[in-house]
Amino acid sequence: MKIIANKEYLKIKRRSKLSEIFMCMPLSVWVVCLILLPLCYLLFMSFMTKGPMGTIKYVFSVDSYVRMLEPEYFSVFKKSLYIAFISTVVNIVLGYPMAYFIASKVKMSSTLMLMLMLPFWTCALVTIYSFVIMFSNAGLINNFLMALGIIDKPIDMLYNNFSVSVGMVYELLPFAVMPMYSSIEKMDKNFIEASKDLGAGPIKTFFKITLPLTKPGIYAAIILTFIPCIGYYMITDMLGGGTTLLIGNVIYNQFTAARDWPFGAALSCILSAAIILMMFIYTKLGGDLDNLGA
Amino acid sequence: MSRKAKRRLTEGLFNLYGFLVYGFLYIPVIVMVVFSFNDSTNNQIWNGFTTEWYGTLMSDSELWRILLTTVVIAIISTVIAVVLGTIGAVGMSRTDFKGKKLISTLLYIPIIIPEIVLAVATLLVIRKAGLGLGMLAMCMGNVTLILPYVYITVKSRLTGMDQSIEEASLDLGANRSYTFLHVILPNILPGVVSGAFMAFTLAFGDLVIVSFMANATTVTLPMDVYSMLKRGIRPEINALSTVILVAFLVGITASKLISSHIDKMNRRKGLEENERKEGEEDEGYEGRVIILE
Repeated sequence: MKIIANKEYLKIKRRSKLSEIFMCMPLSVWVVCLILLPLCYLLFMSFMTKGPMGTIKYVFSVDSYVRMLEPEYFSVFKKSLYIAFISTVVNIVLGYPMAYFIASKVKMSSTLMLMLMLPFWTCALVTIYSFVIMFSNAGLINNFLMALGIIDKPIDMLYNNFSVSVGMVYELLPFAVMPMYSSIEKMDKNFIEASKDLGAGPIKTFFKITLPLTKPGIYAAIILTFIPCIGYYMITDMLGGGTTLLIGNVIYNQFTAARDWPFGAALSCILSAAIILMMFIYTKLGGDLDNLGA
Repeated sequence: MSRKAKRRLTEGLFNLYGFLVYGFLYIPVIVMVVFSFNDSTNNQIWNGFTTEWYGTLMSDSELWRILLTTVVIAIISTVIAVVLGTIGAVGMSRTDFKGKKLISTLLYIPIIIPEIVLAVATLLVIRKAGLGLGMLAMCMGNVTLILPYVYITVKSRLTGMDQSIEEASLDLGANRSYTFLHVILPNILPGVVSGAFMAFTLAFGDLVIVSFMANATTVTLPMDVYSMLKRGIRPEINALSTVILVAFLVGITASKLISSHIDKMNRRKGLEENERKEGEEDEGYEGRVIILE
C-alpha cells in the first residue's frame, strides 16, 4: 500500500514539475527571441560593411570600430559621459534626501511615491518642452528676472549643457528616488536607535549607519540614471538644440539619416559592453539586480 | 535651542525640501496646463486666457486617432507583458532547469541597456525575420521593454509569499492551474497590479522603441509630438496632455478609493471571521479534552 502511495505521489510530483517548466516556456522563448537573439545579431551586424545607399554588405570588417577612434566621436563620448555624470550626481544628491523624506512620512509614503510619477502621466515630451518655454531668451524665467530688474540682458539658459542636464535630471529623478526609497524603507531602524543610544550624534549616525545600510539603493539609483542619460537622444535634441550631440544621438542618426547600420551597431555594442561591465561590478559589490525594477 | 525646537526645525526644513523637489517636478506640468489656455498659436509667450484649444481638440479627429493608437498599443503590450511575466515569474520561482540563470539574467537587459540599443537590436531582428513594421512590431518592442518590470515586481511578491499554502493546495488534490488561479494569483495580485501599472505608464510614454518599430501610417502620440518639436508644439497638444493627465489622476484616485474600500471590507470580514473562529476553537478545545479523557 505504502509503495503504491509513494509511486502515486511521485507521479503527481513529476507532472507538476512538467507544468512548471511549461509555465516558464513562453517567457523563456520571448527572452531568447527578443533579447538574446537581437543582441547577438547586433554584434554580428557591427562587423559587417556598409554598402552604397545604406545597404549592408555581408563582409567581415572592423572598420566601424576603427572609425570610433576618430576625434569627432571621441569628443561625443567625452561629452556624453560628462553630462551623464553630472546628471547622475545631481540626481543622487537631490534624490537621497527626497527618498528619506518620503520614507519618514510612513502613513503617506505610498501616495508620495505615486505623486512622484505624476509628470509621466501626460505626454513626457510636452513637459520637457515646458523647459523650452521657461528657459528661452524670451521665456518665463528671463522675462520674470528682467521685469524685476535683476538682469537687463537675457541669460542664455537654453541649448547648452545646463539645459540638457536639467532635462535629464527631470526625467530620471523619480527613477533615482525609487530604489533609494525602497532600501531606506527596508532598513532596520533599530540600528539607528542603537547608534543614538550609544551616544552618536545624528551626523555620525547617518554616515556610519544609514548610508552604509542603504548603499544598495544608491548603487541601483546610479545605474538607473547614468545609463538612460547616455541614450536619451530626444532630450538632447529638444534642449541641446542640435549643438550638443551625445552617443544616443549618434546611434539614432546612423539608423535614420546616415543609414550606416554597421557603425550604429558597433556604437551600440561598445555601449552595451561598457554597461554590462558596470553591471558586473555592481553585482560584485553586492548589488541586487532586483533593486533596479522596483 | 532646546532639543524639541531643534527637531521641529529639522523636520520643517525637511518638509520644505520635499515641497521644493515636488515643485521642480510639477512646475513644467503646471506650465503645460497653463499654456493649454494660452490665447496664442505661438506656444512660448502668454497672451491671455482662452479655452479655444479644447474646442479645436474636440474636433481634431486625427489627434484622437493617434491617441487611440497609443492607448491600444499600450494596452496590448501591457496585457501580453503581464501574462508572460506573471506566469513566467511563478514558473521560474518554482522550478529549476538548464539555462534558467541565463534567462533570468537576460531579463534585466532591457532595464540596463539604453533604450535606443534595445530598439535598434529589435529592429534588426524584426527586419531579418521578415516581419513587417507597424502595430505588431511596436507591441513586440514595447513588451520586451516592460516585461522586466512586471517580472521583478511579481517575483518580489512571490518571495514574500508563504509557500506552504501552495503546497497545501496541491496536497489537497488541487491541480496546478487551479492552484495558480485560486491560491497563488490572489496572493501576488498587488504585485501584478503595480507591475501592470508601471508597464502601462512606460508603454504609453515610450518614444524610442515605438518610433523604430513604426511604419509610415502608425503614429503614436509621443511620435507625433516629437515630429512637431522643430516648429514648436501646437497648443492643442498641451490641451490633450492636460486631458490625459486628468484622466490618469481620476483613474488612480478611483482605484485607490476602491482598493481602500475593499481593504476595509476585508478587514471587517476578517474580524468577524476571527471572532467566529475563536468561538469555534473554544468548542474544539472542549471536544479534544473529551477525546483525551
